[in-house]
Amino acid sequence: MTALPDAPPAVAPPRSPGRSPGTRSRGPRLVRTALAYVCLLAVALLVLVPFAWMVSSSLKRDNEVLTVPIEWIPREFRWSNFAEIWDRIPMLTYLGNSAFLSVAITVLQVLTGSFAAYGFSKVRFPGRDALFLAYIATIAVPWQAYMVPQYIMMQRAELTDTYWSIILLQAFGAFGVFLMRQYYMSIPDDLCEAARIDGLSEYGIYVRIMLPLSKPALASLALLTFVNTWNDYMGPFIYLTSNDLWTVQLGLRSFVGQYDAEYAMIMTGAVLSVLPILVVFLFGQRYFIRGIATSGLKG
Amino acid sequence: MAHVITQPAPEDSRRRRRAWRGILIGWSFILPNFLGFALFTLVPMLAAFALAFLKWDSYNTPEWVGLENFRRLLRDENFFVALRNTLYYAAGHIPLTLAAALGLAIALDRKLRGVQFFRTAAFFPYITSLVAVAVVWNMLFNPTAGPVNQVLHAFGVDDPPRWVASTDWAMPAVIVTSVWRDMGYYMVLFLAGLQTIPKEYHEAARVDGANSWQRFWRITLPCLRPTTFFVVVMLTIQSFKVLDLIVVMTDGGPGRSTLVLAQLVYREGITKGRFGYSSAIALVLFVIVLTVTVVQFRLNERRSDR
Repeated sequence: MTALPDAPPAVAPPRSPGRSPGTRSRGPRLVRTALAYVCLLAVALLVLVPFAWMVSSSLKRDNEVLTVPIEWIPREFRWSNFAEIWDRIPMLTYLGNSAFLSVAITVLQVLTGSFAAYGFSKVRFPGRDALFLAYIATIAVPWQAYMVPQYIMMQRAELTDTYWSIILLQAFGAFGVFLMRQYYMSIPDDLCEAARIDGLSEYGIYVRIMLPLSKPALASLALLTFVNTWNDYMGPFIYLTSNDLWTVQLGLRSFVGQYDAEYAMIMTGAVLSVLPILVVFLFGQRYFIRGIATSGLKG
Repeated sequence: MAHVITQPAPEDSRRRRRAWRGILIGWSFILPNFLGFALFTLVPMLAAFALAFLKWDSYNTPEWVGLENFRRLLRDENFFVALRNTLYYAAGHIPLTLAAALGLAIALDRKLRGVQFFRTAAFFPYITSLVAVAVVWNMLFNPTAGPVNQVLHAFGVDDPPRWVASTDWAMPAVIVTSVWRDMGYYMVLFLAGLQTIPKEYHEAARVDGANSWQRFWRITLPCLRPTTFFVVVMLTIQSFKVLDLIVVMTDGGPGRSTLVLAQLVYREGITKGRFGYSSAIALVLFVIVLTVTVVQFRLNERRSDR
């Protein structure tokens, strides 16, 4: 099985509803299509209801959120919630912290990951494949099994409650190397060989040939890493104790703990924490899905 | 010997030099990542094994105690509660997510205008921030005025469960939330698997008069087996190490009703500083995951041999 990122896109682009060879009469076909849409709509509704509820609640008063019967549309839209929240919690600091951590870790992961992947796929040397196997094996080990030794290390190095702890622990994951190697394996060796004959060094080949060719895979890795870091809860939860270092996730969780009856404000915070992810996702969704399909199916 | 000039000697040394160059260049690519990986993943991983056999409570000096930590584990009621809850979670999360993901994939594997939108929608919960997911579902599951119970009421359930507020129903609430969150991810894997099934199979079966139910059982499912196997393995690993969703949603409560193994590792090791003991729990967790995975691979092999 060689599931290459560029070969079959996991999710095919919407094909125009052409007629398949087995088309019977037109009537039942229309009914079937309509039925299919009804089913799809029902599924989508079920999946999206929590989001709808979140957005609608974020625009209500606290005492209008949990009502019997449910009010799906706020009586009056309180856009002021979105102005107030910045004064209630240091949301801007949290968002900035999350953005900083996510960008730093993504940059390091993409750089070192793709660099190492070149070594693992295009340079031949003894011990290479054994080493790669060690990388793969660690992906299968649950992180929860070694979080305590990691914590001890960071504590001894006095890096707890600094961003260093999180960056060092998350920027060198095996996943990035694995994903990028998968992609590089799909680029023919002849291309590198030709470049070598033309006098390009290995580093030159990496920069001038592999990097430009692997843009889709780089995008997949960058987006997946960014979103993972943005959404990560346990890392910041374990390591960051000072309020001014907190990420959006920690800030929101602590707000919920302190003011658990301020339903509307909690939902406003939740919307704000999801919004950046939604934007990133809408811009790069095909890279997300490709990245998952590739790294997933090869397992 | 090297002084005797013979034909193969320079050839030999050139080859050796080239081999060394390969090693140097190869490592120069790998090293930046490998340094971080070795120091922050490999070393802690190996250390976790050793720690399990030490008595080390953050303040005292580490002391080798052999299997003492594991003996203590067998007397620890929390451990068995956490083990039971983890198995409960896995027993709910694995089949339900599998079914939901497969159902979504089959429903969305169609040539319909706008199907892409539905795929995107189904996938989005997976990348929604965890705290938002937990907070929203906690409110949806609110026992008195939450939408879930209002819907149940409307369907005639007079005494709906109290969900996250009750010891019996907190775990089902967590499972429902996790299925909703993860199904889109596995749907993507199933959709990729469905693309590999040749259309001719379905057409041939249709000509032979097989209805869609028969085609699902006789063609789609057997052809999807590699994907299904992979999804089951991933789901299993994920279920046994579940942590963040539970920490944010219920924090193990009410009581100990949703306390899971990974959370016990966190509490013992990081909150209480019992490094040795917590590593023993972590080792048990790892061995469970490893055993289950190996058994799954064996079963899969045996079935493909047939």
